[in-house]
Amino acid sequence: MLARNSTLDLARLSVREVNRLLHDADRGEFLIKNPRGLHAIAAGLDAPLDVTIAGHVGYYCAGMNKHATVTIAGNAGTGVAENMMSGRVHVKGDVSQSAGATGCGGLLIIDGNASARCGISLRGLDIVVKGSVGHMSAFMAQAGNLVVLGDAGDALGDSIYEAHLYVRGKVKSLGSDCIEKDMREAHKAALAGLLEAAGLAGGIDVSEFRRYGSARKLYNFHVENLGSY
Amino acid sequence: MSGDDPWIHTPPRESAIFDRHAIAEIHRAAATGIYDIRGFGAKRKLPHFDDLLFLGASMSRYPLEGYRERCGTDVTLGTRHARKPITLRIPITIAGMSFGSLSAPAKEALGRGASAVGTSTTTGDGGMTPEEREHSSLLVYQVLPSRYGMEPDQLRKADAIEVVVGQGAKPGGGGMLLGQKISDRVAEMRTLPKGIDQRSACRHPDWTGPDDLEIKIQELREITDWEKPIYVKVGAARPYYDTALAVKAGADVVVLDGMQGGTAATQEVFIEHCGLPTLAAIRPAVRALQELDMHRKVQLIVSGGIRGGADVAKALALGADAVSIGTAALIALGDNHPRWEEEYRKLGTTAGCYDDWHEGKDPAGITTQDPLLTQRLDPVLAGKRLANYLSVLTLECQTIARANGKSHVHNLEPEDLVALTVEAAAMAQVPLAGTDWIPGRR
Repeated sequence: MLARNSTLDLARLSVREVNRLLHDADRGEFLIKNPRGLHAIAAGLDAPLDVTIAGHVGYYCAGMNKHATVTIAGNAGTGVAENMMSGRVHVKGDVSQSAGATGCGGLLIIDGNASARCGISLRGLDIVVKGSVGHMSAFMAQAGNLVVLGDAGDALGDSIYEAHLYVRGKVKSLGSDCIEKDMREAHKAALAGLLEAAGLAGGIDVSEFRRYGSARKLYNFHVENLGSY
Repeated sequence: MSGDDPWIHTPPRESAIFDRHAIAEIHRAAATGIYDIRGFGAKRKLPHFDDLLFLGASMSRYPLEGYRERCGTDVTLGTRHARKPITLRIPITIAGMSFGSLSAPAKEALGRGASAVGTSTTTGDGGMTPEEREHSSLLVYQVLPSRYGMEPDQLRKADAIEVVVGQGAKPGGGGMLLGQKISDRVAEMRTLPKGIDQRSACRHPDWTGPDDLEIKIQELREITDWEKPIYVKVGAARPYYDTALAVKAGADVVVLDGMQGGTAATQEVFIEHCGLPTLAAIRPAVRALQELDMHRKVQLIVSGGIRGGADVAKALALGADAVSIGTAALIALGDNHPRWEEEYRKLGTTAGCYDDWHEGKDPAGITTQDPLLTQRLDPVLAGKRLANYLSVLTLECQTIARANGKSHVHNLEPEDLVALTVEAAAMAQVPLAGTDWIPGRR
């Protein structure tokens, strides 16, 4: 059994060994050194661990996370925190595509920018991106929130279902069935809560954001909508 | 010549091109403005296992005695990388079908039937239900592009994992579950509003090619501590390359689904006009495995149009390690049974032709979420029917294997087969019956 406050060095241990040790732990603080862009680091955590990764990570870091708090002191590759269920994942740098893909719960914070398809098929996870997001972000997003302090690329929210999108900057274009919606008091309160959870309490005026969501015109197939596909 | 003479008129002649079905489809399209959607698989005549024959024993082949001498049927899957490979007692598995497309009693019946004969069932879009886990001794968990219902706890509860890249009925297409089948429970499992059409994505959200898939598989292995066999399922499109790439990506098992494979709901044009017939797909996939020295190391499961034990035996003889059935399993449960003929008539069809599985009106209670209809399916009885059917498939396959002198069904080989048509000979790479000619070979 791993000691509750351990340093795990990926220059000496394999990803398999590190993940096995983390999977066997039920709590504690862990520092992972020398990640060197390796894939699937801290994937499948299922306990209230506090894991810090000192450096850049490859694909699927903290994938399917449950309960754990994972901090990545660097950039992250494709699919960081994909299908996350709960807990908190905080990336100090930029992230590649499909960040938080299909995430169901918890909070994903990205201090930098996120590439394409951020929050794709979102299912309840909350994502706060302090920079900008790339094209096709929140594609087919079903539930949850995507907050973007910067800009959003092409086709934001394409084929979106019931997720909420908040963007402070410019949106290059909206995808099929995604429209701008009223920003009511309840939404401002929800957004303020998300910003507070991301450590941005009081620093940002929620009225600077615009809200986007589904027009719900494509929920059932109709011939009249052919031009929208 | 009298104007009453009936011989001056030729009888009505149906066009081979504009046959009644084609004309009816034109009328339907003109009336509705939308393509036809249905379930089931390809219905057109295709080169298939019927076009192959086993030779049986002769002077140069020594048969085994009927039901007395042992003929093995077991198959172990996941021997390449998994810490816990799974062993099936019979080389026939149940294909992925979702709760949502199928009723809860139907999923339970599939689990009961498969477990009774020592084989596996497979989840589908929407994730794993407690009922199917409880009643399936071996359960394969699908990782689909939509990720509806996808949860790491379910991954860990599974006995194997199947990454679905494509499906034979619609290679390149996503799933479709129309609003009328979205009950409260289905909606909750998929995190979507009740009553809307659920379009499952056709692309995975977090990987975009074989190099990415290799890393995705690594992640799935890490999450499950390298215990589970990982399958990669592809629709039959480019089977040589798809199989080679699946092996390269790290698959333990390749599942190859021909165009006769069933679907819960897809456009008819997709079902009938995309993909390769199962018969044409097996040999290229086996060749890829052989060239990589992975045949029998990475197991090959073939599906699409398996009906009887002869089909099973022929697929195995061409190099598959196991087969998978979907449509046939539903029929064994009671789908398209004549006992529901009166109700099929009300739906504008007849027993044997019912394919509107997407409408949720299945009189047999299988492809529906209607509470009254689902009550009609007794999962215990239906499971027993499926177990009987799987047993017959296995017995038939063994009968053929013994007649060809094989002490295990995996010892069947292409040399045991001939083809009835030039097309089948070319696709299966076996000689045309009565000749030693294999098209494409010198």
